[in-house]
Amino acid sequence: MHAVRKPWVVGAALLLTVACGGTPAPGSTSSGGTQQNAGRVEFVSSQGQPAQEVQDMNGKVLAGFSGTVDFSSQPTESQDIDKVLAEHLAGQGTIDLLGLTHGGFASLSPADTLTDLTPLLQRLGKDRSFPQALLNYGKLGTSKQYYIPWMQATYVMVVNKKALPYLPKGANVNALTYDQLIAWGQAIQKATGEKLIGLPAAPGTKGGLLHRFLQGYAYPSYTGTEITNFKSPDAVQMWQMLKRLWAVTNPQSTTYAYMQDPLESGEVWVAWDHQARFQDALDKMGDQFQVVPAPAGPRGLGYMSVITGLAIPKNAPNRAGAEQLLDWLTRPKQQITTGATLGFFPTVEGVNLSGSGVPGYLASESAASGRYLADKKGIPALLEVGLGSQGDAFHLAYQDLFTRIVLRDQDITSSLDYEAGQIQQALNTAKAVCWPPDPPSTGPCQIK
Amino acid sequence: MAPAVLFLLVFLGWPILGALGVAFQTAAGQWTLANVQRLVHDTDFGLAVRNTLLLLVVIIPLELAVALAMAALAQTRLRGRGLFLYAWSFPLAISDLAAGLVWLAIFTQHGYLNSLLQDLRVVPHPIGFLNYDNLPGLVVAVVVAETWRSISLVMVVVMSGIQSIPAELGEAAAVMGAGAWRRFRHVTLPLLKPTIQVALILRTTAAFQVFAVVLALTGSGLPVLATKTESWAYDARNYQMAAVYAVLLLAFSSLGTLLYLTGLRTPRQVFQR
Repeated sequence: MHAVRKPWVVGAALLLTVACGGTPAPGSTSSGGTQQNAGRVEFVSSQGQPAQEVQDMNGKVLAGFSGTVDFSSQPTESQDIDKVLAEHLAGQGTIDLLGLTHGGFASLSPADTLTDLTPLLQRLGKDRSFPQALLNYGKLGTSKQYYIPWMQATYVMVVNKKALPYLPKGANVNALTYDQLIAWGQAIQKATGEKLIGLPAAPGTKGGLLHRFLQGYAYPSYTGTEITNFKSPDAVQMWQMLKRLWAVTNPQSTTYAYMQDPLESGEVWVAWDHQARFQDALDKMGDQFQVVPAPAGPRGLGYMSVITGLAIPKNAPNRAGAEQLLDWLTRPKQQITTGATLGFFPTVEGVNLSGSGVPGYLASESAASGRYLADKKGIPALLEVGLGSQGDAFHLAYQDLFTRIVLRDQDITSSLDYEAGQIQQALNTAKAVCWPPDPPSTGPCQIK
Repeated sequence: MAPAVLFLLVFLGWPILGALGVAFQTAAGQWTLANVQRLVHDTDFGLAVRNTLLLLVVIIPLELAVALAMAALAQTRLRGRGLFLYAWSFPLAISDLAAGLVWLAIFTQHGYLNSLLQDLRVVPHPIGFLNYDNLPGLVVAVVVAETWRSISLVMVVVMSGIQSIPAELGEAAAVMGAGAWRRFRHVTLPLLKPTIQVALILRTTAAFQVFAVVLALTGSGLPVLATKTESWAYDARNYQMAAVYAVLLLAFSSLGTLLYLTGLRTPRQVFQR
């Protein structure tokens, strides 16, 4: 297990250095110099959600590119994956450039569907560099570079400073445990009469990211895994903790998709979410909030890293244009504007997040995410790898489990048994092997 | 006759058979009952059935009673009844999702209703009308929004029925000494039975499919059969499970229609007089 996790930890440490701008900046000239018009480039990525982000991508990041970019964004990347696979089968493609998460690429059978970008990476390497760990991910277990790192992100908690006086004695807001978070919520409720902790529990693909909280935070912190120990006694203990946490959580959480909204309106004071989904609140009222890492459990500090990359499908109609756009998107200036637009961190080494023109919230989020990497008991989790179109069913099982145990007060053990069956079926159908933090498997990942 | 049959076969028969096929097959196309078994064990399946029926038994009688009263009121020669009819028909033009969002702005935690109650110092903290565990609040909010939105449909049907009743019948009853209530109860209502049957069938079928208002107001707080169908189709993209829910909705709607057709059967002589 350690043998597997080690390269990932090294990679994660590298990400920190990049995100915090620790390495010296290389020259920021482009490899292409003055470029020819790239023509029409079809760029697809589920990362541009909600619609405002598509507008900002067009208005800020893609403006100035010498060509016409059609940027389109579906709510989940399963739909993009299906489209790429369908176009591969049909032998006719419409997508030029594809932005997916690492796990999304892994379900594409890359040798058949994606272009080898090794030559392009060599050209880009003249004036920019990427962390080696991220480049290794982009090889998807082969010797070829199938995707080039694009952006990265994690999930954090944002705290209204009004909540700080109610912290339990001895608790450090930057190193909380789940039990301390619950005690904090109880103290807030006692003082204000309101439940002011918030979770993004709105249902559906356009809803909140509660399934990520379960997969990458609660489960690793309590069981050390996401899948293997899904229904272990440790998992039962975790669900008992979540029920106590829910008792001090604003019940309107079942309608929250983006935690920035209830934070701004004051409906909640302490919220967990994807860093990009706090952007608006931190942008407008940053001085009232503090960004902190998620809590830790008995097994350590579980946290999730989102790595996205850019790839060119084999049957892309405008491959040259796609290469030009990929070059454009990995230039330092575009890395920063993309980060500011999507609420992500850059991947190109030396892109400094603390300089001028960088929104303050990105720097404070970067500091909080640095604490995950610095934590000795950190348990890094990846987004699901290789599940492909089964990804949506996988997430639904976690959301349903929360509904059954926490909202409907159903029996923990039998609910775990039932949803374990659903998850195992998704894993078997996709033939997905275990991914970190679970130990590696030879066949489909198995729930014990 | 033949074009109508063809139309029904192509646009009704074929899709129904298609849905049945998907519902009783695996994704790979083998026949199975596994989807039905999964339906029974599905999260919130029981709640979705209960909530759908609960909304139905509250909304349908309420709408029918109010629509009858409004239609009767519109028959009187009161001044301003034209304006009144326009005002009541207005929601007919609003999409159900928009209606749901309008009422969400009223009922939500920091919405108009809570602001008003707090400004008037009736409550110290906002009331969670739409909290997932506040069933009465959720049901009342959906019933109010759904009734506001769709009552005009029932009213328009009932109105047209009332207008087709010859005025002489009511006048004859009045001459024989029947008061307003007795004329309504013993003349208007029996002659209105076929119209009420149509209104009930239309409205009940629509009530089984209640969707956008529920989704906008409650999220997953008040699961109903149609929101579960949508969730399986578009969140989990499991079309087999979505089809099983759709087939269940079809069965409920057909059963409801059958009950109305037999329960409210009108003797032929009524029309032959």
